[in-house]
Amino acid sequence: MSSYTLAEAIIASHTKDPVAAGNICGVNVDFAFTNDITAPPAIREFRRMGASKVFDPKRCAILPDHFTPNKDIASAEQAVVGRTFAREQGLLYWEVGRVGVEHAFLPEQGYILPGDIILGADSHTCTGGALGALATGVGSTDLAGAWALGATWLRVPETYRVDLEGALSPWVGGKDVILSIIGRTGVEGARYMAFEFRGEGAGSLSMDARMTIANMAIEAGGKAGLFVPDSVTLDYVKLRAKRPFRAVLPDEGAHYARRMTLDLGVLEPVVALPHLPENVRPAKECGDMKIDQVFIGSCTNGRLSDIEQAVGILNGRRVHDRVRLIVIPASYEVYNACLDRGYLKVLAEAGAVISTPTCGPCLGGHMGILAAGERCVSTSNRNFVGRMGSPKSEVVLAGPMVAAASALLGRVADPREVA
Amino acid sequence: MDTSLKGKVWKYGDNIDTDVIIPARYLSTSLPEELAPHCMEDIDAGFAGVVSKGDIMVAGNNFGCGSSREHAPLALLGAGISCVVARSFARIFYRNAINVGLPIFECPEAEEGTQKGDELEVDLEKGLILNRTRNVSWTARPFPPFLRELIGLGGLVPYVKKQLGAS
Repeated sequence: MSSYTLAEAIIASHTKDPVAAGNICGVNVDFAFTNDITAPPAIREFRRMGASKVFDPKRCAILPDHFTPNKDIASAEQAVVGRTFAREQGLLYWEVGRVGVEHAFLPEQGYILPGDIILGADSHTCTGGALGALATGVGSTDLAGAWALGATWLRVPETYRVDLEGALSPWVGGKDVILSIIGRTGVEGARYMAFEFRGEGAGSLSMDARMTIANMAIEAGGKAGLFVPDSVTLDYVKLRAKRPFRAVLPDEGAHYARRMTLDLGVLEPVVALPHLPENVRPAKECGDMKIDQVFIGSCTNGRLSDIEQAVGILNGRRVHDRVRLIVIPASYEVYNACLDRGYLKVLAEAGAVISTPTCGPCLGGHMGILAAGERCVSTSNRNFVGRMGSPKSEVVLAGPMVAAASALLGRVADPREVA
Repeated sequence: MDTSLKGKVWKYGDNIDTDVIIPARYLSTSLPEELAPHCMEDIDAGFAGVVSKGDIMVAGNNFGCGSSREHAPLALLGAGISCVVARSFARIFYRNAINVGLPIFECPEAEEGTQKGDELEVDLEKGLILNRTRNVSWTARPFPPFLRELIGLGGLVPYVKKQLGAS
């Protein structure tokens, strides 16, 4: 019997094929979803495959989160395609007003569970790794295949083990952890690989922080970013799980292709400068880098503790005159909690725009597009050329504390400057 | 069936991401012909208007990184690109290209030995890449056996169709 890494152990529990890094295995899929953009091509390919019914409507979902509430006629027409198919198939679908950004909503609603294999037609599906699921992004055709068969093929990834030690200092969060890791690996340092985050430091992180970290595994080229499930994971899922699950753990003595040890205690607030997530440097070393907009939200950093961290800094203060601050809680659970706790009032009084859940500005969809020459500090995940608007605009990636401090000072700032 | 492609090279660097291949602001459609006019526009505004059917894209490491949008290989196909040769591919793009029928070849040597405007000839079955301008040839990294089978069947759609028929 082989010793498996976490990714290998999950694949082994879903296949009859021999599991070893590099092998291609046929695996059963526990849950498969698309969004309003990736659903129409998936549906088209599903029909071309000659499929008539999805393998299990309770394990297939469409989430209208990207260009919603629909920004124009074309995106409205596109949303109709997904909505109609969802009704026809009886698969899981939540309408605008109830749905959230997919990678925030699905774990929160208990559809992504430890030990699962999850496919999503969205690259940030790797967020589900925070729950100890092998969750990975695919294109629409692969997703259509999973809807038809309840199965897919996966190349067993090599594993990049990350041992986290210590605990985060105040003013440092999950985003600083993952940006610091990508700063070390580069944007293809984990290409085709699965991260396995573990150790005492991992245990000290909240589920929200773990989701931020797992979310950006793809930005290092990773197939997945898995946290070894622990009591924090099980406490999170036990009240949410929509179906039975079995948590899977890595074996002692498994082979890791690469390893890194990171002391959380020495990390500082960081940013990733344009135009790659690997361009990481301390927030305090950015000089007088003026900004026009700040976006706090997205599948990376739109959860309750993210908004809470921003509110802690913005409370009783005003956003800089030159800056537009856009805050988008990533789900209604988060939005309503912000309402109940008075966070939305703090944000409104600080001069922020507050929107209901959408991916919106993260991918230059709507709700905060940048003009040529503009610069935005964003808590999202990509700072590629043209990502949030004009190809002549710039995106600086950061966590919510750096974002909030930057909104107050009108430049890229370290949160300790406003502490 | 002719398994050889000939075309003029469009050359780009490392980390050509899917936002650059087709910006998200155009994703209200997934039709190749509607995506094509915007393909590569954020880094090369001249590309879509000048690219000829059959041209070949050659790029550096991590081609197609970023978003899972299948619209990226579809936009390249719509623009007339017949195949992509790169030092390496991001994993989701790699799967997507195979699934939508855009031939891709991993070949660092070809990337090093090729310049924009060169004439390439690519043998799809053998993975043989010939630079006719410089009269040099290289062999691309072979696909794993399962993927060769998948490509041979015509991609994932016929593969799934066959599986559904079998079950």
